Parts: sequence; structure tokens; C-alpha cells
Amino acid sequence: MSAIAHADDHAHDDHGHHKETFITKYIFSQDHKMISKQYLITGLIMGIIGIAMSILFRMQLAWPDHKFTIFEVLLGDKFGADGVMDPGIYLALVTIHGTIMVFFVLTAGLSGTFSNLLIPLQIGARDMASGFLNMISYWLFFLSSVIMVLSLFAEAGPASAGWTIYPPLSALPQAIGGSGMGMTLWLVSMAIFIASSLLGSLNYVVTVINLRTKGMSMTRLPLTIWAFFVTAIIGVVSFPVLLSAALLLIMDRSFGTSFFLSDIYIKGEVLHNQGGSPVLFEHLFWFLGHPEVYIVLLPALGITSEIIATNARKPIFGYRAMVASILAIAFLSTIVWGHHMFISGMNPFLGSVFTFTTLLIAIPSAVKAFNYITTLWKGNLQLNPAMLFSIGLVSTFITGGLTGIILGDSTLDINVHDTYFVVAHFHLVMGISALYGLFAGVYHWFPKMYGKMMNKNLGYVHFWVTAIGAYGVFFPMHFIGMAGLPRRYYTNSNFPYFDDLADTNVLITVFAIITAAAQLVFLYNFISSIFYGKKAVQNPWKSNTLEWTTPVEHIHGNWPGEIPSVHRWAYDYSKTREDGEYVIAGQDFVSQVIPLQEGEEEMHH
Amino acid sequence: MTVFLTIVVIALFGITLWQMSKILKLSQLKGADNSQVANDKDNNLHGKLMLAFVIFLYLLTIYCFVQYHTFFLPESASEHGVDYDQLMLISMVLIFIVQFITQGLLHFFAYKYRGKKENKALFFADNDKLEFIWTIIPVIVLAGLIIYGLFTWTDIMNIDEEEGDPLIVELYAYQFDWRARYSGEDNELGKANVRFIEGVNTLGVDVSDVYGKDDKITNELHLPVNRKVIFKMRSQDVLHSAYMPFFRAQMNVVPGMITEFSYTPTLTSEEMRNSEFMVEKVATINKIRKEKSKKLVAAGDEALETYTFDYYLLCNKICGTSHYNMQMKIIVESEEDYEAWLKTQPTFGEQISAQASN
Repeated sequence: MSAIAHADDHAHDDHGHHKETFITKYIFSQDHKMISKQYLITGLIMGIIGIAMSILFRMQLAWPDHKFTIFEVLLGDKFGADGVMDPGIYLALVTIHGTIMVFFVLTAGLSGTFSNLLIPLQIGARDMASGFLNMISYWLFFLSSVIMVLSLFAEAGPASAGWTIYPPLSALPQAIGGSGMGMTLWLVSMAIFIASSLLGSLNYVVTVINLRTKGMSMTRLPLTIWAFFVTAIIGVVSFPVLLSAALLLIMDRSFGTSFFLSDIYIKGEVLHNQGGSPVLFEHLFWFLGHPEVYIVLLPALGITSEIIATNARKPIFGYRAMVASILAIAFLSTIVWGHHMFISGMNPFLGSVFTFTTLLIAIPSAVKAFNYITTLWKGNLQLNPAMLFSIGLVSTFITGGLTGIILGDSTLDINVHDTYFVVAHFHLVMGISALYGLFAGVYHWFPKMYGKMMNKNLGYVHFWVTAIGAYGVFFPMHFIGMAGLPRRYYTNSNFPYFDDLADTNVLITVFAIITAAAQLVFLYNFISSIFYGKKAVQNPWKSNTLEWTTPVEHIHGNWPGEIPSVHRWAYDYSKTREDGEYVIAGQDFVSQVIPLQEGEEEMHH
Repeated sequence: MTVFLTIVVIALFGITLWQMSKILKLSQLKGADNSQVANDKDNNLHGKLMLAFVIFLYLLTIYCFVQYHTFFLPESASEHGVDYDQLMLISMVLIFIVQFITQGLLHFFAYKYRGKKENKALFFADNDKLEFIWTIIPVIVLAGLIIYGLFTWTDIMNIDEEEGDPLIVELYAYQFDWRARYSGEDNELGKANVRFIEGVNTLGVDVSDVYGKDDKITNELHLPVNRKVIFKMRSQDVLHSAYMPFFRAQMNVVPGMITEFSYTPTLTSEEMRNSEFMVEKVATINKIRKEKSKKLVAAGDEALETYTFDYYLLCNKICGTSHYNMQMKIIVESEEDYEAWLKTQPTFGEQISAQASN
């Protein structure tokens, strides 16, 4: 079937009449495929900034006495005088690294990219429900990214109160320099980011509910779409709460209110604020902050579900259980926020409740992990780079998830709270896992995005160096956390008790630098493949989902001619008839658009 | 060590570059298969590497335990810490068993079922029994952990001032130091608020409150062994966290409210210092410091002091630029030593009248 030949039929569709200029096609585009690429590239650029920052502060932690010219070059005379990092700018780097990675790379870069690309393509829609809102959503994200980057140049330094921006530290410029202009820009940037995220999420939800093609029932949706759909719902539920927290904080900072401030004496002066509570801010922040973890992780899990099934040439094991666990995780994720606050001074009884709900969330997570493993069992695994990253994701998800059992237990949290144990835990379970999801998605859908193939050998190098490096960074980190080493310390050399951890910190930094260097391989591969990659065929991974029935060349409206209708679920890989022959002879996959064959039984989906 | 590691980094980086250039060359060869989709050869290689990877993971785990077990905190110096350690041990053993099995299966399957052209995957989409089993097992195990954890939590957090004869101490945090305020003879802290801060009254104790007169403000925390102590925590400016790792104790210090934590110290500083663990640990640390000192002296700087162990309290909530150096010494001693020390400290009333007479 030559899809291009049908291009002429396109005219009967109400899309595609208007003439596209450079600006409407590449800049203010309303096409979901272009918007997804815009999200991806913006996300990758933010990722480069975020990772570069982590290398800077890892160097500081590993060699606190050493002078690095690079500090002076990058941080300037003020914060990196003579190659010595200023303690304030160390906190700023940690803060902005966290903010950029969590929100700008793993929320917008991951969910923004793949929700936009895959929702219309996999449900059989011409575009998002509102292309215009979608465009606004991207440009608001872009604006917020620009403001966040600009905040790095604030005179007294960017926001430095940790990515959780707990007041009073974040509210009082007297407490730390970064809480002046830097924090103002941070809050403005995040407010715009939240608006962008809400517009995007509402669009995703509406599109999934309303624009599914004929035959695409909810139970036939690929797991990617389920994940994006539920992620969007969590986003709509929880992001507004962060916005309200940010607004109240802005009022405390600029208009003299006391939502989060009370009884403060700083720099020789009593502040007038009375009656507020920082604990209230913590509640509001984590009401978003915890679901945010799943906003980051669920799309990655959705992406891997799809990639593992395709490359294992097997249906995903327990489709319904997978959907149920996505829903369960989504529900539970909104009632576990208090496990970040066991020792915040809130009522200990609340701690018991949150321990209970938190350990409950381990159950659907465990089910997902077991189902992935079973999907590999007796498969015919095609170990493409995307597949390797997906398997890597399951591995880091398990390792990081298990230590969650320690941290989710209010008792055990007492002594490891805010130590490097926590840092190791969340980097593995959400940072690295979600990044693997992002990489898997890029390798897998690159042909769909750019019509080219990425170089697989470079992909393999990228994966193996990253896989070893990521464990090399975060596995030993658990142990220095168990030693009681607090996070967010500019140097550990002020306590002789921690002197014997210095070598481990060097080791971690070395692994971090190697791992970061490996990402350059990815960047090279990504950019060179866009221009010089091998031209992709229509369905390179022999996949069942609808996006692979569209032509390689992007057209507005996705399908030339009619939108295909769907006759089966997305996971009929290696399905056989009673006589042991594949449903379609000689082909181990059956696209969703192919009607049930004679004598074939439909799965109960 | 640093030199060695630097060499290793450079070597590894060199190898990476060399391998990359090699692969680049390989990838540019216009061979027969240039589809960029994994073929049997790739599947075979990376399947085997998956197996190698899980072995790497096991070795890394073993290496970390062998090399880093000395990092773990010593036996708990507080009463509840024993239960804490017990629960931690059980949880750790459990998660390492699960980790060992699941990682093994995941990577072994990735190796065992690596794709071959002639192979057929098994169409296996559902199995209610299996799914029930691996839902119910975590349910039971986690239920056990939850119940155990909650009992311990309630024990630790249930602070009863009536029970026994607890010592009441205020921990006062500000950028970037700690103060302790002992409640004196009446074992009752005087009222305080930052609005009363003035001159020597740096903690804002209410001068008109008689309970405050006999309070004693110190910059070291001395605790009598085997007596329950209740900490009332107050912050002057931003959030801090009082982290006492050797006592398995931590609580945030929040401006505008009083937070509490309580424990009973069971090992004196002296006992901890002379414990086998600590003697060895301190010896290692001093060896490292000696090496460092040699270099410092050679460069014309002062040598590092020899380290002797003392309990400490750390700030563990980001609180500003000097967050990394906000600590207080804790000394656990016999009741008599504690009383003797306390006698030497002036009361708040004395401090105020001293200021007045100046």
C-alpha cells in the first residue's frame, strides 16, 4: 500500500486547505506532530542545562578543596571567584537542577512530547481537540523556560531554597540572596508553566475521550494512551494546588500577608508576620509534589509497556491489570503526599495514615513490575536500543521503588529523611527511570517524528554507558545516606566524621561525569540522524498501533483519506490460530486496523 | 587515591572515545543490513550483555556492602533506636531478597529469550491466578511491615510528659547555630517569643515569666544517660531540622510553632567512643586526616586536628548558605557529671541581671 498515492484524496478532508507559511509550519504550528518536536527539543535543551549543573555541584562535592577554572568561567567572578564555588550558588545549582529536571525535562519534555505525538496518532484522530490551545500550551512552556533560564542571571543569584522552595527561606531575601529577584522569576516561570501544563492536560483528556476512531474502545487503547490520559487527569487535579501555593507565597513575599510566616526574627529585626505556617505550604506543595512524581513516571511506564510488548513480540501481560494499576497509582498518588512530611511537625497520627496509603501504592507498582517481567518470559526479544532502555527502566524502577518501602515507613524515615539515601531513591525511581522512558520513546518513535532512523550502534553505546553509570552514581549513594550524610550540604569536609566518605563521593562524581559524557553520544546521534539518518520505512518495528499506518512523510491530518477504524486491541503479537500458524501467515503481528480473521477468537478486550 | 581515580577517569574516557570512533566507523560501513533495526547478531550480543549486567549489579551490591558497611551508623545510642534498627534490618533483608530475585529474572529473561529469526514468541496475555498471587504476596508482606512500623512509630512519637521524670530541653535553631535551653529546677520552660529578643536575651525568653528565671541557655547539649529527654524545638527564622543520627532522632524546627521529639539516651559519649566500631572508625578517619595534613603542611598550611568522636546534632533542612556547617555537640554523661556541668552554667535570670547592672 502506497500511502503517498492517496495524498490527493486529502482534499476532501476539511484540513489542509490553508497555505502553510514557514511561521505557521515551524514556529506557531498547530499541528500536534510539530508541537511534539518543539516540546522535545526545548526539553532536551533544558536537560543539557540541568545535567551540566549537576556536574558542577558534583565536582564541588568530590573535590571541595580544589579550585576549578570552569567554576570561574561559568559562575562568574562573583560566585566562582578564583575557581572556588560560592556556598550560595551551590544551593542555587541544586535548586535549579531539581526544578529543571522535574518540571521542564521530565514533565514537559517527556509527557509534552509523547502525549502530543502519540495521542492523536494512536487513537486515530486528525489532531488534538484544540490545535490552538495546544500551540498556546507549548508557547507558554517556552516562555516559562526562557524566564527560568533568565533567572540564572539575577544579580543576587537564582532561587536557592531547594526545588521544594519551602518558606520562610524562599520568602525572605534576608535569609538567602536567591530569595530576591531569583525567586520572583522562579515563581513567575512556574505560574506560567502550570498554565501551560493545564492547557495541555485538558486538551489530552478531551482528545482521548472524544476523538477516538471507530472501534477504538477504551479497552482497546494502547497502554501509552492510558498512561498519558491518566497523567493528564492527575495534572489537572494537582497542578492548580501548586499554583495556589505559589500565589500565596507571592503574596507573602510582596504584599505583606502571613500565610506561611510567623514569629520570625532575622537580621536583627522582628518581622510583623504572625499566624502563618510553613507546614501549610508543605501540604500544598506536596499535594502537587507527590502526584508530580507519577506525572513524570506514568508516561514513561506507558511508553515502556508499548515498547516492551512490540519488541518482545508478545502481548503485554495482564493488560487489564496494567490499566487497573495505572488507575490505582493515580488515585493513591493524590493521598500520599504526607510521606514527605513525617517529621515536619505535623500530627504524628497523620504520619500513620500516610504510611498506610504509601505502602499501599507499592502494590500496583509491584504488579506492574511483575507484569513487565512476565511479558519478557518466552518472548522473542528484539533488543533495539528502545527495548534496552525499557528493560533498564524496569530495573531502575524496581531498585528505586524498593527503597521507597524504607522511606514510606514513617518510623524508618526518621533517620534517613533528607539524607543521600533519599537522593539515591528518587533519582533511581523517578529521575533515571523517567529519563530511560524518554530515551526509549525517542529511539522508538524517532522514525515517526523525523522519518529517519537513529543509528542503533550509537544507541547501544549510549545505553550501556548510561546503565552502568547511573547505577554507579546512585547505588553507592544509598550507603553514604545510611551513614547519615545530609543532602544539600555544600561540603562534607566540615565534619571529620564524614571524612571516610570522601572517596565514595569522588567515585560518584566520576561516574556522573562519564554518564553525562555518554549523553553527548545521544545528542550527536539525535542531531545527525535528523539530517543524515537512514530513511525510515513505514513500520520499522513491525508494530500494531495506528501511528504506523500513517505515511512516513508528515501530512496535516495524519492520514490521507479516511481515518482507519479499529478492529482489535493493540497487542496481537505472535497470535496464532488453532493450527499453530500466525493469524496472518508469515507475519507475527496484526495491526489494529485489520478485521478479525476467519476462525480467530478475539481477546476479551 | 584521587590521583588513581583521576587516571581511571581519563583512561575510561579515552576508551569511550576510542570505542565511539570505532563504532562510528562501523556504523558508516554500508553493510548488507543497514536498517538500524536490531538483527539476530545484535539480539545475541545485547542479550548476553544483559546477563553480564545483572552480574555487574550483583557484584556492585556485594562490593558496596563489603566496602561501605563501615559507613553504617553504629548501634543505636537511644532506647527506641533498637526497635528502629530492628525494623530497618527486617525491611532491608526483605527488599534485598526481592531485588535479587526480580533483577535476576528480568535480566535473565532478557538474555534467555533474546530474539532469533526462527523463534516464535508465546501468545500469553492473561493469567488471573498468577496476577492474584503477585498481588496478594505484596499485600500480605506490606501489611506486616505497615503494622510493625505503625506500632514502632506510635511508641516513638507518643510523647508523655507525665510518665517518668523526663528532662525538658528546648532546642533553639537560628541561621546558623543551635542553642539548648534547660528548664532548670522547676523543669518548666519559661514562655518565649522572638518578639522578646533583646541584648543578651537572644532566645526571646519572657523576662516577666517566673518559670524562665532558672532556665539555662547553653551552646552544648549535655544529656544524662538513661533519662528520658523531651525536646521542645523552636526556630528563630527559617525551617531547620534537628538531626541526631546516633539517636535515630530527627524533627523539623519550624518558626511559629513548637515541635517535639523525645528519646532516652542509653550510651554515654565515653562508651560510644570506646566501642569497637568507633575506635576503628576514628582510626580510619585519623589516618585519612594525617595523609591530608601531610599535603597541607607541605603546602605551608596548618595540619588538621586529630579527630575524637563526639555525638552531634546537624541541621538537616536547607536553611541558607552556611547550612552545611550548622552543628552542635552532644555529650551524654552520667547523671552526676551532668548535674555538675549544669551547675556551672548561669541561669537566665542571672544573665539578665548581669546585663542590667552593666
